[in-house]
Amino acid sequence: MQRNLLLGVEAIGQAAVDAGISGVYAYPGTPSTEITEYIQHNQTARERNIHREWSVNEKTALEAALGMSYAGKRTIACMKHVGLNVAADVLMNMAITGINGGLVITVADDPSQHSSQNEQDSRYYGKFAMIPVFEPSSQQEAYDMTYDAFEFSEKTGLPVMMRIPTRLAHSRAGVVQKTVQEENKLKLPENKNQFILLPAYGRKYYQSLLDKQSWLTELSEKSVYNEYFEGKDKSLGIICCGITYNYLMENYPHNNCHYPVVKITQYPVPKSMLTKLEKECDELLVVEEGYPVVEELLTDFFGKGTKVSGRLDGTLPRRGELNPDHLAKALGKEQENTIAIPDTLVGRPPSLCAGCGHQDTYIALNEIIAEAGAGRVFADIGCYTLGALPPFNTVNTCVDMGASITMAKGAADAGLSPVFAVIGDSTFTHSGITGLLDCVIEKTNINIIIVDNETVAMTGGQDSSAKGRIEKICEGVGVNPEHVRLFVPLKKNHEEIVNIIREEVAFNGVSVIIGRRECVQRIAKMKKLNKAKKQA
Amino acid sequence: MKTDIILAGVGGQGILSIAASLGAAALNENYYLKQAETHGMSQRGGAVVSHLRIADHPIHSDLIPLGAADLILSVEPMESLRYLPHLAPGGSLVTNTIEFKNIPNYPELESTFEELSQKINIIRIDADQIAKDTGNPKASNMVMLGAASPFIAIHDDIIIKGIESIFKAKGDKIVEMNVEAFKAGRTFSTKNK
Ligand SMILES: Cc1ncc(C[n+]2csc(CCOP(=O)(O)OP(=O)(O)O)c2C)c(N)n1
Ligand code: SF4
Repeated sequence: MQRNLLLGVEAIGQAAVDAGISGVYAYPGTPSTEITEYIQHNQTARERNIHREWSVNEKTALEAALGMSYAGKRTIACMKHVGLNVAADVLMNMAITGINGGLVITVADDPSQHSSQNEQDSRYYGKFAMIPVFEPSSQQEAYDMTYDAFEFSEKTGLPVMMRIPTRLAHSRAGVVQKTVQEENKLKLPENKNQFILLPAYGRKYYQSLLDKQSWLTELSEKSVYNEYFEGKDKSLGIICCGITYNYLMENYPHNNCHYPVVKITQYPVPKSMLTKLEKECDELLVVEEGYPVVEELLTDFFGKGTKVSGRLDGTLPRRGELNPDHLAKALGKEQENTIAIPDTLVGRPPSLCAGCGHQDTYIALNEIIAEAGAGRVFADIGCYTLGALPPFNTVNTCVDMGASITMAKGAADAGLSPVFAVIGDSTFTHSGITGLLDCVIEKTNINIIIVDNETVAMTGGQDSSAKGRIEKICEGVGVNPEHVRLFVPLKKNHEEIVNIIREEVAFNGVSVIIGRRECVQRIAKMKKLNKAKKQA
Repeated sequence: MKTDIILAGVGGQGILSIAASLGAAALNENYYLKQAETHGMSQRGGAVVSHLRIADHPIHSDLIPLGAADLILSVEPMESLRYLPHLAPGGSLVTNTIEFKNIPNYPELESTFEELSQKINIIRIDADQIAKDTGNPKASNMVMLGAASPFIAIHDDIIIKGIESIFKAKGDKIVEMNVEAFKAGRTFSTKNK
């Protein structure tokens, strides 16, 4: 059988294409970005010309996916965990409407926060919305489960969440593919009121979602992806969710784990398997990547039942990504005599690339801050967040996408003056425009610096929805064109940049100052791509 | 057969080309493989690592446990130290000597390496210079792979086939230069073992 080396995210992209999707909808975000990029470059996806452009943010992505499902076609939406916060409104409500064409939402969680503001666990969203959640344990399962998820979605009438952690997203293994399915035909929903959530309809659909829950549990219990492994030693029963199963088995190289084990890769949890395990075993250990979702479910509040250990009682770390060594420790198989890290070793945090325009902007802004006083730079999420670190130390906040403008506004409302918002071009179109409108309506005294590198740089240089549109957007929203300023972030322009910012600080109202120069990595990437295209 | 390799470097140094060559070699031989990579924020000049596992039987974890790696292959000297607890007893460390100094507090490393060499097998190689000498200054990563190859449980002919399939699209000349670089690295290593 032909095996292709695929990252977990690529396996999902390939499976979605093979399952006959008519579109992918996504906004970039590590570690989910490469699903969409893979589909964008996929031969079948190109031949079929399925939808594969980036969306402006996760909410627009998931809503568009729902629209494609409404029309009867299969579709996948992809985002990182915090992206689902942005799309949470449609998620909660699409669980109530249900779907027409199969709809899969892939959410990539980032335990240990390799590239994220937090390590929230998307399974809570799955539970909150009461929809099925798939959590594959390997690249092959990521492929197989995604391939099956569309049919499962159509069978249950619900969106299906695929939850993967960074480690699976960005690890490669050989994957065997299945046959490529045809796309669905256009087909409107049978019930023409299915997608109308007027309270009278909504109540009915919510009841039907509630009624489906026991069926979903039954499907989990029968699922080939949830497994019960017998074991002779009943002093402990182990529950492993998703990839943590591999970390357990790494400690039993000859597949000789003597404890009974339940491997969960499909939720709601397979109740009958867990009941059997609890009955058989003296104690339980729950191993899961992310928050203690299953552990909390099984731990009984008054402490009278079976002892359950895991992340909550300190058997495993409460925070961060797990690995085989955590399991070894929990099972008393800890590796001793390892070589220590020498004291000479120091950390190497990420930093802005040599030649990056963000540096020139921060050097200029720092000169103004020296005059205005520290503590007034509200920044946002992107490469430019690295302006919070030395040598710049310019940035005072970075919370969630778009919060630069709105937090600066709140601080201005509180009396802080002057205030600065620093926001990237992609972040601006993702979530900055609405905040800008608030400022315009209230004539807030704010200086918004849009650091426009004409790409989504942090996630690897994707096309930015903002490209060529920023001035028009700002003016359209109502910013006085005289206070929409432009500079080129280059060392030689330092004086000019400082002067522009100073002039806008002197103006009492909404100023938008755009620093525009293309990201040097994006330039290099496009050169490489064009060269490869020419060769081909 | 199993070989567990920690690949280390700094974001942007392209350690993944090494992993890709070994991956292609493993696939040609129908071996099992798992390879965890670092994407995202750290690629902006931060510390990056890849766990590469190849075996003739199914592999469970994407991550190599502590004390289990047969080899640490680092394209930057300080980065070679970051993952030492992963090295197995009797394992080897192969590192490029060219320092990548993008931090203000880059330490002096000579005495650390001397001390370490009492405990483990270390090969330090100026891969950039050897790459230049072979006429392909861009191929220092293939020099590194060559230098590490005596410590990898895959025959060098098979690795060379992997390199060939990775660079095939770029033409025969590029393939040849990279294979040359690999061989030069291997020669250095066998001489200095
Ligand atoms: C809601 C949400 N979606 C996605 C991300 C991932 N992410 C972090 S920064 C960024 C975009 C940055 O682009 P831009 O604002 O243009 O700044 P640049 O990195 O180009 O400097 C993205 C997509 C996130 N942190 N939060
Ligand atoms: S990737 Fe682009 S925007 Fe990000 S630090 Fe490098 S040059 Fe700057």
